[in-house]
Amino acid sequence: MKVSKNWLNEYVKVDDISDSEIEVKMPLAGNEIETIKKISEATNLVVGKVLTKEKHPDSDKLNVCTVDIGSKIEKIVCGASNVREGIKVIVAKIGATLPGGIKIEKANLRGVESNGMICSLEELGIESKYVPERSKGGIHILDDEAIIGEDAIKYLGYDDTVIDFEITSNRSDLLSMLGMAYEFGAVYDRKVTLPNTNYQEIEEKVKDNIELSVQTVNCPLYTVKIAKDFEIKESPNFIKERLMAAGIRPINNIVDISNYVMIEYGQPLHFFDSDKLGKKITVRMAKDKEEMTTLDGVKRVLDETDIVITNDKEIVALAGVMGGLNTEVTNSTTSITIESAVFNPYNIRYTSKAVLRSEASSRYEKGIDTNRTLEALNRACHLLEKYAGAKILNGYVIHDEINKATKVINITRNKINNILGMDLDSITIINIFNRLGFQVKEENDNYEVIIPSRRLDISIEEDLIEEIGRIHGYENMKGTLPYSVTKKGGRSKKQEFIREIKNKLNGLGLKEVITYTLTSEEDIRKFTNDEFSYIEVNSPMSEDKKITRYSLIPSILETVDYNLKRNEKNCLFYEVSNVYYKLNKETKEEVKLTCAITGEYLSNNVKNEKINIDFYFAKNILENILTYLKLKDRYELKTDNLPKEFHQGRSAGIYIDRDLIGYIGEVSPNISKTRIYVIEISLNKLMSKKIRPLKIKPISKFPGISKDVAFTVDKSIKASEIETEIKHTIGRLLIDISVFDVYEGENLGDDKKSLAFSLKFQDNNRTLTDEEVMTLFHKAIEKIENKFNASLRDK
Amino acid sequence: METNNEPKILMEEIESKLNSINSLEELNNIRSEYLGKKGKITLLSSKMKDMNIEEKKEFGKNINKLKNVLENNLEKLRIVLEEKEILQKQEEERIDVTLPSTKIQRGSSHPINQIIEEIENLFISMGYDVEEGPEVESDLYNFEMLNLPKGHPARDMQDTFYINEETVLRSQTSPVQVRTMLKNKEKTPIRIICPGKVYRRDDDDATHSHEFHQIEGLVVDENISMSHLKGTLEVMAKSLFGDNKEIRFRPSYFPFTEPSFEVDLTCFKCNGVGCNMCKGTGFIEVLGAGMVHPNVLRGCGYDPKKYTGFAFGVGVERIAMLKYEVSDIRDFYTNDVRFLEQFNVTKKGGVTDESK
Repeated sequence: MKVSKNWLNEYVKVDDISDSEIEVKMPLAGNEIETIKKISEATNLVVGKVLTKEKHPDSDKLNVCTVDIGSKIEKIVCGASNVREGIKVIVAKIGATLPGGIKIEKANLRGVESNGMICSLEELGIESKYVPERSKGGIHILDDEAIIGEDAIKYLGYDDTVIDFEITSNRSDLLSMLGMAYEFGAVYDRKVTLPNTNYQEIEEKVKDNIELSVQTVNCPLYTVKIAKDFEIKESPNFIKERLMAAGIRPINNIVDISNYVMIEYGQPLHFFDSDKLGKKITVRMAKDKEEMTTLDGVKRVLDETDIVITNDKEIVALAGVMGGLNTEVTNSTTSITIESAVFNPYNIRYTSKAVLRSEASSRYEKGIDTNRTLEALNRACHLLEKYAGAKILNGYVIHDEINKATKVINITRNKINNILGMDLDSITIINIFNRLGFQVKEENDNYEVIIPSRRLDISIEEDLIEEIGRIHGYENMKGTLPYSVTKKGGRSKKQEFIREIKNKLNGLGLKEVITYTLTSEEDIRKFTNDEFSYIEVNSPMSEDKKITRYSLIPSILETVDYNLKRNEKNCLFYEVSNVYYKLNKETKEEVKLTCAITGEYLSNNVKNEKINIDFYFAKNILENILTYLKLKDRYELKTDNLPKEFHQGRSAGIYIDRDLIGYIGEVSPNISKTRIYVIEISLNKLMSKKIRPLKIKPISKFPGISKDVAFTVDKSIKASEIETEIKHTIGRLLIDISVFDVYEGENLGDDKKSLAFSLKFQDNNRTLTDEEVMTLFHKAIEKIENKFNASLRDK
Repeated sequence: METNNEPKILMEEIESKLNSINSLEELNNIRSEYLGKKGKITLLSSKMKDMNIEEKKEFGKNINKLKNVLENNLEKLRIVLEEKEILQKQEEERIDVTLPSTKIQRGSSHPINQIIEEIENLFISMGYDVEEGPEVESDLYNFEMLNLPKGHPARDMQDTFYINEETVLRSQTSPVQVRTMLKNKEKTPIRIICPGKVYRRDDDDATHSHEFHQIEGLVVDENISMSHLKGTLEVMAKSLFGDNKEIRFRPSYFPFTEPSFEVDLTCFKCNGVGCNMCKGTGFIEVLGAGMVHPNVLRGCGYDPKKYTGFAFGVGVERIAMLKYEVSDIRDFYTNDVRFLEQFNVTKKGGVTDESK
């Protein structure tokens, strides 16, 4: 809401309050200010009269004028095409400043001295949409009434400040100058004066000219008045300036008055051309697919939620939003039928969302003060009589089903102070209610407060408490901490579980990233074989952000790609995020942990040393987590049935107790030329595994015995198969087994490889003998030879 | 008489040799030359068997003295020489310590999660629990039970991603308030903090993101007042941004709280003097807060006559941007390594003695 300070001053005295004080004080009372600025920053401008105009001797475009500026007659060079003898203009004198820091100085324009500048409105800082037709593309031509030598800014009413308030959606009362006046009145403790609504009526009666029928409950109040025989012309300067300040383009006195009253009272008015309208007004709900053309010339298709005004033949207005083109007020209009009405905010809100938003609808949809509907109608008649010479017909035609009950709220001083955490006395509280214009009756610290109809936002005690708090000032409130039964705060088990894993990954040198949840249809089924239905938003911002992701891999790969393109070759990223999908029509939530790693883990270029990230590096990250969770012994990798986005030879499914919990592997060469390794695990599946509590095993005091063995086997046999078999055969005395060499070579044959294992035997209670170790060792070798058709190598 | 002189002669010989020893090798040679099985001293002592008791006694004493002197000297010399050789070895192994270090990857939490953790830890210390809720949320919890019925004008304040008429991507973390109150069947007091991702239909630009993070706080108990809210937020502001920071309440409007506030914090840049960052006001808006609306309490089964509560919501990205002077919100989602690396440092500063 843009508020002209001069206009506001008509209702509440504010001209003695500086702009900078308003800027500080009003926001602290809850009225946020977007901008506060003068209509024009120009200084030292006067009204001048062009006495003579001659062509510049050395230019086609320039004119040399003599201009009477009151104190003297100046010679001024002017380039505007619309300058002519006899007009009154705005003259920037020597020493004047214009917006943008322009200073007017004595100048020599192609050999002719110029002592000032004749200005356009734009040069004063006025937006071009407010410039009247006659002054477009040139200097501004003032009215003949302008007095030579007077301050031109003052004459135009531009010595005004516009305060642009950001109004919260509950304070619809502040979408009017009167509402603003009450607000300033409350904040600064000043009285509000209401506008003049007096006018004369002629004998002719409104009711003889209009037959009103309201056929919907969504229009509880509809009032009609008729004005005629007016003169359509330009509005007086003050109206034009004030509308401009409010952000509305002045048109002519009739249209301007309708807008002026709307801004003043917050009550939208609509003026119909009476001759085009006829004698009937019917308010009803639109029919589905019914059509009309609004004032802006656009054809609108309506439905059953829109309220319309008709003259029984056709729709003449989209109620509360915009009038129809068919009954528009034009320069030939001689009589207007004025509507001031109340419509159901929900319908207007629906219509303005579906069809179009206007100054009127933005007020209606938030709710208006129904006690101002008739006042605003009268104010319009007053202004039409005064500034257009209109004759006002006698009486009204009114449909009125407004609930007139006044809103009363009872509240106690105790309640007020308990919620605020303050200790206000009764005098202070009553004084604040008075400043707000709320009538109050007090008895033993109990208050009965009558809420004015303009304050639709106040309906419960807490609303009143807020009013008291904000007018009293929250800067006077002291902060304290709540007392309560002492209790321990903390995170849930799940949160702690996730935090531990994240800390582990941080320690391993991975960087956490956060990427977008919303993804594209193209990416949704990548890196998974799971069956699920995805969740899609109704009206996405773009095609690539419309579905909630199932796998985090596509988005984390995007992050890797971004960094690779910027020559950051070493990316070790992880992300933990919830994913959402549907299974059997039920929405499921799952926490996923995803790692994407590529590049070098460790490097020293001078020494030419580095460790490249590969599958086995990724595998250690996985095992680090699983070891930490004491699940390492229960996991295995299986290479069948991999999603196609994984490198089919370098990836695996991760299984714990035979449940697939995720995948580890290289990204398919189809997707990335760089070798990137990813791990994706469902943390829900991981979390659900029971983990034994920690018990420390004693370290054996007895020496262990190590044995190495190498087998030649078929290439297809996995190291883990042999390992498992050896473990199984030897039993508890085998405390460690690991592969220490893998060899493939011609001497073995094309389909063979050699796998070398290192075994460690140890017992907690005694020293093992060589014989018993050798017995177990040979038993294991024999088992492997038989089971895997293996042969011992290099005996 | 003749034999009696030999140890003395040997002593002189040894002394002159000891002076010329320069290495451990020479030292070992001398040791075996005199003290070895066929060493000169060993050989000398074999002469004792031909002596009478008196002579033996005298001679033996001299031999022992000779041995002791030699061994002591050799030991002293060994220590000196060993030290010298170790020093020399180190000198030979000298490297250029200014050459680059071996790079090991540095892991870190995401800056947004760093801030969330900092706030969580603070509130846990004040007895708050950390609660979470789903991002795919019902309209009922995201709006209706927060006093925002369908068609409410304030729904415009948040342009929401709808999945269908009844389901949204939550536009705020406030539905977790509702869920927590409903879940608490005994209707006992509540102190929670709820971090999480939220969604708005905003075009991504330097200050808007269609996905961002919020932290919601909720306290419900008997006799909770606005002064408690202010005190709590003061603790948070000072803990997050420094003890010299003040907060102020500006009345505002949220449907789920009444009264409602925007909370401003002393400007980071100018410390309240007024600068272009705070548009000359000395304050920066950091969060929204208010007293839980009685309709919300009632809807969640808490009697508003008995219980009151306060709630607040912080935009985590906004806090991070203000605190670390990040100018583009999208940086948090681009995850440029060079951006992330900068957050992998302590935020606490050193431990300095304030009394000095």
